[in-house]
Amino acid sequence: MAWTRDQLAQRAAKELRDGFYVNLGIGIPTLVANYIPDGVEVTLQSENGMLGMGPFPYEDEIDADLINAGKQTITALKKTSYFSSSDSFAMIRGGHIDLSILGAMEVNDRGDLANWMVPGKMVKGMGGAMDLVAGVKRVVVVMEHTSKDGASKLLKKCTLPVTGINVVDLVITDLGVFEIDKHGSKPMTLTQLADGVTLEEITAKTEAAFVNALG
Amino acid sequence: MGNKVYPDAKSALEGFTFDGMSVMSGGFGLCGIPENLIIALRDSNVKGITVISNNAGVDGWGLGLLLETKQIKKMISSYVGENKEFARQYLSGELELEFNPQGTLAERCRAGGAGIAGFYTKTGVGTLVAEGKETKVFNGETFVLETGLVADLSIVKAWKGDKEGNLIFRKTARNFNPMMATAGKKCVAEVEILVETGELDPDAIHTPGIYVDRIVQGTFEKRIEQRTVTKRENA
Repeated sequence: MAWTRDQLAQRAAKELRDGFYVNLGIGIPTLVANYIPDGVEVTLQSENGMLGMGPFPYEDEIDADLINAGKQTITALKKTSYFSSSDSFAMIRGGHIDLSILGAMEVNDRGDLANWMVPGKMVKGMGGAMDLVAGVKRVVVVMEHTSKDGASKLLKKCTLPVTGINVVDLVITDLGVFEIDKHGSKPMTLTQLADGVTLEEITAKTEAAFVNALG
Repeated sequence: MGNKVYPDAKSALEGFTFDGMSVMSGGFGLCGIPENLIIALRDSNVKGITVISNNAGVDGWGLGLLLETKQIKKMISSYVGENKEFARQYLSGELELEFNPQGTLAERCRAGGAGIAGFYTKTGVGTLVAEGKETKVFNGETFVLETGLVADLSIVKAWKGDKEGNLIFRKTARNFNPMMATAGKKCVAEVEILVETGELDPDAIHTPGIYVDRIVQGTFEKRIEQRTVTKRENA
């Protein structure tokens, strides 16, 4: 037993705090918006130039001038503002966004992150990922613990070209949750196991060293 | 005061295009792209273009049209994943590609238009993007030097404009258009609604007319890449 995609999103949603400005990546991170805890109000930023992103529109509300960074049609809220790409990345790079939740191919125990290219394959580009990890106050990664062939994605050293170094604060996988002291010297710490996952299983499937804070 | 208003996209580009030129093209995905000016650029048959644009259009629309005719020599973009012809030309070596992080690309355009030769950013430090670039430590953190970008021509799309070239954008169709308008040696804007000078609220203008050399009114398809909807509950 491990967490499903929706359970991963639900766990990631617990990282949201009332009043946060948040940027959600594509894939599982997008699902986090479905699990915002009661009593918590956050403002979603979309890096193509929008603060205060609403849900998908009804068919008769679709507006081609109103999309999110995944190019999906969306809606505005009462609090919405629009701005240019340079203003948008001033928010991101200037440290004004509280939290970024994004996917990854590999993470290491010092918070290095790889999520934009696999050498030898057609590379689509990094989009805003390098800006987000470099500028947002807290970076949370949501990913499968292992690749399709069973290899650990939590490594001592990333093998793929990185998106940023010492940038990740928390990793949530389908097997558990790890805290990373990205600028310090504390080892990576296991703080939670997914339902039905044992310490033995997560240890066997994790290449990076970690300490167990579960007690 | 010269006339900035042109009757169509073709005439608005006359004299502004040449082989080997660089062109900034506004838009994010297919949102807020200068649809008519891209078609006019294709029809100009100009070759060897370096295109600076966040994305590369899709097959058969937007900048994808210029890829089909092999008019693009090089792209400077942050994300190009929506275009099969792009992938084909890139993998076969026909097309050069320079990836810039999206915020770095936006800031390079902003800087170029503002006469700023370079700037230091944390984005990309320790990655392939920073290879061969100067780095500098400020307050204990490492930053990489990125340069400002200017282009021979920028083509942008706005919602409303006046005969003076003042522009107002709409919703998320603003994106890269305002910075690119400032960073072209020449800038041509196309708008949905062209009004008489004086009809726009001066406080609401996003791009002042000084940046815009020519303006043209067009009609727009406004294609949508991901049509995501909420289903109405049956009452």
